[in-house]
Amino acid sequence: MQQLLFAVTTMAAGVLACVAYFYGTNWILDRIFPSKGLTGKVASRNLRITNTIRPWLFLGPAMVSLTIYLIYPVIESVWLSFHDKSGQAFVGVSNFNWMINDGEFRQSIYNNFLWLLVVPAAATFFGLIIAALTDRIWWGNIAKTLIFMPMAISFVGASVIWKFIYDFRPEGSEQIGLLNALVVAFGGSPEAWMTLPFWNNFFLMVILIWIQTGFAMVILSAALRGIPEETIEAAVIDGANGLQIFFKIMIPQIWGTIAVVWTTITILVLKVFDIVLAMTNGQWQSQVLANLMFDWMFRGGGDFGRGAAIAVVIMVLVIPIMVWNIRNAAKEMEGR
Amino acid sequence: MIASARSPLVWVVHLSVILLVLLWTLPTAGLLISSLRDKDQLAVSGWWTALSTSTQSLVYRAPGADKQVEKDGKFVISGNLLEGQSTGQVSAFGFNSREPVAFQPGQTADLSDGEKLTVQADGTFEIVSDKAMEGTRGQRIFYTAAVPPRFTIDNYIEVMRAEGIGASFINSLTVAIPSTIIPILVAAFAAYALAWMKFPGRAILIAVVVGLLVVPLQMSLIPLLKLYNGVGAFLGVPAKTYVGIWLAHMGFGLPLAIYLLRNYMAGLPREIMESARVDGASDFDIFVKIILPLSFPALASFAIFQFLWTWNDLLVAMVFLGTGNDSLVLTGRLVNLLGSRGGNWEILTASAFITIIVPLIVFFSLQRYLVRGLLAGSVKGG
Repeated sequence: MQQLLFAVTTMAAGVLACVAYFYGTNWILDRIFPSKGLTGKVASRNLRITNTIRPWLFLGPAMVSLTIYLIYPVIESVWLSFHDKSGQAFVGVSNFNWMINDGEFRQSIYNNFLWLLVVPAAATFFGLIIAALTDRIWWGNIAKTLIFMPMAISFVGASVIWKFIYDFRPEGSEQIGLLNALVVAFGGSPEAWMTLPFWNNFFLMVILIWIQTGFAMVILSAALRGIPEETIEAAVIDGANGLQIFFKIMIPQIWGTIAVVWTTITILVLKVFDIVLAMTNGQWQSQVLANLMFDWMFRGGGDFGRGAAIAVVIMVLVIPIMVWNIRNAAKEMEGR
Repeated sequence: MIASARSPLVWVVHLSVILLVLLWTLPTAGLLISSLRDKDQLAVSGWWTALSTSTQSLVYRAPGADKQVEKDGKFVISGNLLEGQSTGQVSAFGFNSREPVAFQPGQTADLSDGEKLTVQADGTFEIVSDKAMEGTRGQRIFYTAAVPPRFTIDNYIEVMRAEGIGASFINSLTVAIPSTIIPILVAAFAAYALAWMKFPGRAILIAVVVGLLVVPLQMSLIPLLKLYNGVGAFLGVPAKTYVGIWLAHMGFGLPLAIYLLRNYMAGLPREIMESARVDGASDFDIFVKIILPLSFPALASFAIFQFLWTWNDLLVAMVFLGTGNDSLVLTGRLVNLLGSRGGNWEILTASAFITIIVPLIVFFSLQRYLVRGLLAGSVKGG
């Protein structure tokens, strides 16, 4: 209760401070350089000055925050990756040397590539299929809502949900995990899925695919609806069947959207951490980069050099997508 | 859209969508059903059998010799195995842990030293002996019983009280609400400046924001951890505070917020602003009186995103709020329970459901805005 009170008070204080900042600075600016009620040279000079200063008042808090929380850390992380565990002594590339020779790191890179290959492809594929199918039935919107729902569930919550499905009981006793129950029902013998090296990666990926398919579906569904009717009608008149229309007329027109969905999920995959931590914590050869990095942040009192080096690797993998995004945005700005 | 609505293919479409919907909803449904089941039943049968009678192997310890009564020259201890559960059915019993199903109901089992045990299908039992029985520890009776399905909210009561879920729920709220509201205001002003004000370097700033959209959180963790420790030591305050995590969530959420809001505001008609400017309104007036109200849909979209993200976040909370027992948010608590109570599904399912219920409510009530925000954020250039 006390905590809630504290939260409400601080929240109000934070919001008030924000409002006060914006109102206050703008009021002061208008006071120092008044333009209302004045005419001639002074007014136009003051107007020009306020117009120069005001954008920076508006942008100020955001720029400070972005600098402290994102821009400075990126530079600092790169700097730390060339330093020892306490971040004091310069050690050159020895963190990266260690990395290349570290079995766990190699395992993580390997697993991350598996994730990158499978998850974006699978989520986009299912999203596209579901978007195309649900557009044609009367209860499509209900179906979409239900498939979209996992999007709201936290990775940890989803991990518990799926851990329950993968639950393992020794052979002979009744299985309470759905997957093993199905396996037994079809005459197989139950497995502890999480402990199967290599394959356990895929059981973890299922969780992320389950969460992200709804995202892909929503966006691709909007893109499919945005396709001009005439192109499809023309294809129908020319005698194309449903599959031909889908693959030859509709898909090519939404390539751009597919790429956006794909890259968005790719970035998410690179950062995936919660699922692995909750399900296996990297045991049984299921480690990924983000979890390994978190591990090194605190392992043995924390090794900031190695942790930062792993973070830099993740960053480097993201950079191509970043460049692509910026170029797209720039193109869009020109078109305006 | 396609003129094949009457073909048999439609049934294939219906069936495959039903199958997909089942695949996507059953996992969550299983969790919800399990969390409401009796914990003994949950441990021995799958949730899909929740409505059918379950068969359980159980142990009952009969009362000791002090409860025996003399009847017709014989000594008798009697009672009911299914105390309190009047509708159960015993299908087999035994007196030895190696042979728990040796006897059928109604049969009589010969125990050692001349005692005879009889168990009826309704659970009543009798231990009969010719001479007085001795010992305070009663006979153990192993039995298999069909127990009718039982649903209860006991699991929820237990996790709220004993497992610290209740406290973590408040922690999550304390983190998520301010982390949602504060960035909106900051981002809205910045977005307006980037959309409608003219100043040198605007294009570069927009490019920076777009670039920062994809910077992995991992890059920020170590430097900020060091920074927080430094600031904490310098000011003599703890390094892990709610204010710290609010600011961190604000920093990480700002790129998306600015990007979404800028896109939306840039799409508003220029005439509105120009006519207001002709009337002598300053940029500040235009923003507060015209742009902010008009941008409500975009503000709502971002608010939902940010709330879901901060509520569901584990990483930022673990690093900036710590893993102490008092400061765990719901996701962190759940990870802890996975470690300490890994086999206790009644606790895990109930805790997980409490963790996901708030986002699910937000999702179902505000889905419209969520979809709109997703589309604005991802489908660039339509």
